[in-house]
Amino acid sequence: MAKELIKGNEAFAEAAIRAGVEGFFGYPITPSTEFLEHMAKRMPELGRAFVQAESEVAAINMVYGAACTGKRVMTASSSPGLSLMMEGISYIAGTEVPVVVINVMRGGPGLGNISPSQGDYYQMVKGGGHGDYFPIVLAPASVQEAIDNIALAFDLAEKYRSVVHVIADGNMGQMMEPAELPPMREIPTESPPWAVTGAKGRDPNILTSIYIDPVDEEVTDLRLLKRWKEVEKNEVRYEEYEMEDAEIAIVAFGTSARVTSSAIHDAREEGIKVGLFRPITLAPYPQKRLAEIAEQVERILVIEMNSGMMLDDVQRVVQGRVPIEFYGRMGGITPLPGEILDEIRRVAQNEDEVEGDPRNEWMARLEKSILGGK
Amino acid sequence: MSNAEIQVIYKRPESLTDLHTTYCPGCTHGVAHRLVAEVIDEMGIREKVIGVAPVGCSVFAYNYFNMDFVEAAHGRAPAMATGIKRVLPQNTVFTYQGDGDLASIGMAEIMHAAARGENITVVFINNAIYGMTGGQMAPTTLPGMKTTSSPYGRDVELAGYPIKMAEILSVMEGSGYVVRRSLHDAKHIRQAKKAIRLAFETQERGLGFSMVELLSSCPTNWGLTPQKALEFVEERMVPVFPLGDYKVNAELETLKV
Repeated sequence: MAKELIKGNEAFAEAAIRAGVEGFFGYPITPSTEFLEHMAKRMPELGRAFVQAESEVAAINMVYGAACTGKRVMTASSSPGLSLMMEGISYIAGTEVPVVVINVMRGGPGLGNISPSQGDYYQMVKGGGHGDYFPIVLAPASVQEAIDNIALAFDLAEKYRSVVHVIADGNMGQMMEPAELPPMREIPTESPPWAVTGAKGRDPNILTSIYIDPVDEEVTDLRLLKRWKEVEKNEVRYEEYEMEDAEIAIVAFGTSARVTSSAIHDAREEGIKVGLFRPITLAPYPQKRLAEIAEQVERILVIEMNSGMMLDDVQRVVQGRVPIEFYGRMGGITPLPGEILDEIRRVAQNEDEVEGDPRNEWMARLEKSILGGK
Repeated sequence: MSNAEIQVIYKRPESLTDLHTTYCPGCTHGVAHRLVAEVIDEMGIREKVIGVAPVGCSVFAYNYFNMDFVEAAHGRAPAMATGIKRVLPQNTVFTYQGDGDLASIGMAEIMHAAARGENITVVFINNAIYGMTGGQMAPTTLPGMKTTSSPYGRDVELAGYPIKMAEILSVMEGSGYVVRRSLHDAKHIRQAKKAIRLAFETQERGLGFSMVELLSSCPTNWGLTPQKALEFVEERMVPVFPLGDYKVNAELETLKV
């Protein structure tokens, strides 16, 4: 199939349709709305379920119910919507049913704005809902990668009976770029053995997240943890760019990684040996490879569109082997390649140790640049 | 009649398991469960029914019904039922919810399920109190009624008035069958069973949303004996929550069950 020029959100939605999604339940929210609109048009054409719910709370619980039947089902939303969905996501995780949730992140906290952000890192990667569970989190950096990750997300969700988040940001949802959609997958006719489909000729199936005896809950939580260990072993994904001889490693994901690649190209022309390490799975985090990189490079620069959330994970993995610096933009601002190039130049010349929180110096510089030193 | 021809005239419905319930003595949940189970048996639909349990005293309903079941988050049963019914339209889907679940935290979900004309059946247990958490004020608590969170009696000036769900849901165009019945005596229990049957028939015929509100007793949290609690339903609850048919699709009016 040939590449076509396609808008992010519509591409993600069509990718889900081609991956065999049988139910979509959602609520309009910028900057993810085109996802829902595409589903509203396409799902009825194919005789599949589409409901515009009364809220994100209802939407995720419709997804929850439909997932209990063993069908491929999903929702897509944006940051404030995800906050509302966290109740349902925790129940889904506790019930061990496969669900795919797309978050096209926007600036926050609160109502924030509709500009692209990566400020939901903690919420999406560290759990977000209550209790002991571990979502799988994929962070694509292009429309094509998002298309590929959506099919992967369904496979992972079913393999591990897990919640899988695909997190993009407003840039990826809204931009158009050439991409190739996969062929239509056939919808399986068999239901998984645990699904509720009506107890015809078998014992009833019961799907619940309640384990009133703490011993049973601990057994369940241990099962989830052991399954997570399998995910950590099998499903780590990342990409490296210009890393072979790199002395500075930039760690970034999604859109900030993409902007960083252009800056790296320019920095290399200036003779700075800099490369990019880009986690594709934010959970499980590619910690083994990052630890190896920390042995190879002299300095690490973390770049994010938030206040330094993945920075925590980088610090945890690197454990002081090399100095770590941070550069971020918040509030729905995407850094420009020139800003990142300036950061690379600065880091290349900086031989000082980083004292304390790597964010301290960045905060001072940011304050000066956005408030003009006022 | 010889001994060989002994007929079974009363037995546990196949749609109920033989587990002991966690319900208090004198609580009408057991009656409501049995009525639902008898109706499902009589309609021969047990193998295609999917139930949705609520949060509240009937949180373990899935253990007592002998059929596929899921357990919803508090108030979200109608949304969960919607998700199930939309991907499995040939199955019969029902929720079993209490007053806190349905009329307080789940108000948005129940209203919109009715507005969409979702082909699901809702069994609504209204006992005017939060049972599982130990007797707090519910959205259906009667004016002046004492609970642990309205210790001076429900003051309508501060805590508002009881919510009448059957009346509210009956004005939704998506509703096919919305009625209120009571479980306080044998006659009313028989009427309740007929209503539950009609509610499931509504779904089987694709006539839209169906709900049976059942006035129920909570002797433990009301601080009454089981018998006095049933009298409370009849004397105090029925005047506030009038029994009756609030919405009946014309196609059901001629149906004999």
